[in-house]
Amino acid sequence: MNALLAFPIAVGAFVIAGLRATGRLTLFAGQALWRALLPPYYPARLLEQMLLIGWFSLPVVGLTALFTGSALAQQIYIGGSRFNAASTVPAVTVIGIVRELGPVLGGLMVAGRVSSAMAAELGTMRVTEQIDALATLRTDPFRYLIVPRVLAAVIVLPFLVLVSNALGVMGGWLIATQRLGFNSANYLTTTAKYLEADDVVSSMVKAAVFGFIIALMGCYHGFHSSGGAAGVGRATTNAVVSAFILILLSNLIITVIVFGS
Amino acid sequence: MTAKISLAGVAKRFGSKVVLDGVDLDVAPGESMVIIGGSGTGKSVLIKCILGLIAPDAGSIRIDGQDVVGLHGSALATSRARFGMLFQGGALFDSLPVWRNVSFALSQGGGGHAAEMRAAAIDNLARVGLDAGVADLRPSELSGGMQKRVALARAIAARPEIIFFDEPTTGLDPIMADVINNLIVELVRDLKITALTITHDMGSVRKVAHRVAMLYAGKIVWSGPVADIDNSGNAYVDQFVHGRADGPIKMAMRRP
Ligand SMILES: Nc1ncnc2c1ncn2[C@@H]1O[C@H](COP(=O)(O)OP(=O)(O)OP(=O)(O)O)[C@@H](O)[C@H]1O
Ligand SMILES: [Mg+2]
Repeated sequence: MNALLAFPIAVGAFVIAGLRATGRLTLFAGQALWRALLPPYYPARLLEQMLLIGWFSLPVVGLTALFTGSALAQQIYIGGSRFNAASTVPAVTVIGIVRELGPVLGGLMVAGRVSSAMAAELGTMRVTEQIDALATLRTDPFRYLIVPRVLAAVIVLPFLVLVSNALGVMGGWLIATQRLGFNSANYLTTTAKYLEADDVVSSMVKAAVFGFIIALMGCYHGFHSSGGAAGVGRATTNAVVSAFILILLSNLIITVIVFGS
Repeated sequence: MTAKISLAGVAKRFGSKVVLDGVDLDVAPGESMVIIGGSGTGKSVLIKCILGLIAPDAGSIRIDGQDVVGLHGSALATSRARFGMLFQGGALFDSLPVWRNVSFALSQGGGGHAAEMRAAAIDNLARVGLDAGVADLRPSELSGGMQKRVALARAIAARPEIIFFDEPTTGLDPIMADVINNLIVELVRDLKITALTITHDMGSVRKVAHRVAMLYAGKIVWSGPVADIDNSGNAYVDQFVHGRADGPIKMAMRRP
């Protein structure tokens, strides 16, 4: 074959592979949404997943928010002092946490915990033929395995992010009152003044979108894994990496749409 | 009479590897068909094609006269509800206790009255020679042969019309193998199920089969009543039945 053509052919193959993967993923997401509407439903599985995703993520999400909120307040104080604007600490902290860091860091931490676990579990079920077995036992693997996970993540992530926001703000308040000499009551009043309902709503919308991404990536890569233990390992890595990237990308898009105008 | 299962020209390949190359096979209602053939000839793939777990590249698969290739959604689910399947590797749900596994098709994934489901599970476990004590164990706490029998109990629990047994006696001691053979015979005789069994165990073939089909190089090279396997006049069948290393079937291996 002509050497000149090798490069465009390689690029073309890459683009086609990318489009095909996107198409498969879109179909998968569509199936997850469509089949969530039709019975049979598995309420017990939904509750189980809500517990696994929501409750058990609280410590890691909470600690992340607490530490990040504290560090953020400290940095805003240092930066603000240069312009005689150290008093902006409560306002900038609450905006930064609620609009960006609370949902994004919360989403990333949950993705690290949950997307990987889902991919590993479904991947193992795939390679040991348990998913095939479901289909021969009068049970739709999609409704039984995927729908509860996706629904649970979409439902619990907004609540997790509320906790994340609250603890992030608390982290800022802790360091401001303990180390930076702020008055506790003043700090909280300023925080409340700059905390807007729209910001909280956008934060929760982001969280729901991230929840969808987290469960979708975990399920998609696990469900389509192949090739034994190594394949499951690959699926787990791909699930986490793709969930991270999609969370950050969708966060940017939502931020630009909501706050950019 | 229309065949219960009718395959015509079923072909499947993975990449460049041709596994099935035009399989034709008819199984009558209430018949016990056994498929024999060397390891890796595509017996498991064939069954998965019939179940709609693998899409064949070509050919038609009819169940009760209805073509099931390419079915999806609720039509596929309805078609599949007629089948039970014993997977070669068991494929037990390792996160569920044994009794939940066995009653899975009855409860359709967790519904149903728990006490009834447990009773039904224990009943089916008894049929495969396991006592109620194993009902609360996890599959990982069982021996390989016990897992196989739990998987068998799960496959028959909903009393499907057609059951596929992928190597039901592999890994069992000779006595337990005979118990399982008897179970298959009973299911066919008393419940009038149609059975398609894959096995390498000639004792099992002679005991459970009405008819035998041999898969070789992607095709059914011989099929006939079980009484004929010793004088089939087919060199492949002869070699397989007598387990000879020499013959038309060449094993791919290096000579020392
Ligand atoms: N999902 C798959 N992807 C690629 N190749 C596959 C797949 N499933 C099966 N094969 C190949 O198809 C061939 C037939 O496999 P199959 O499992 O049907 O063999 P078998 O006849 O059941 O053998 P055994 O008696 O050892 O169970 C094998 O060579 C296997 O490598
Ligand atoms: Mg096999």
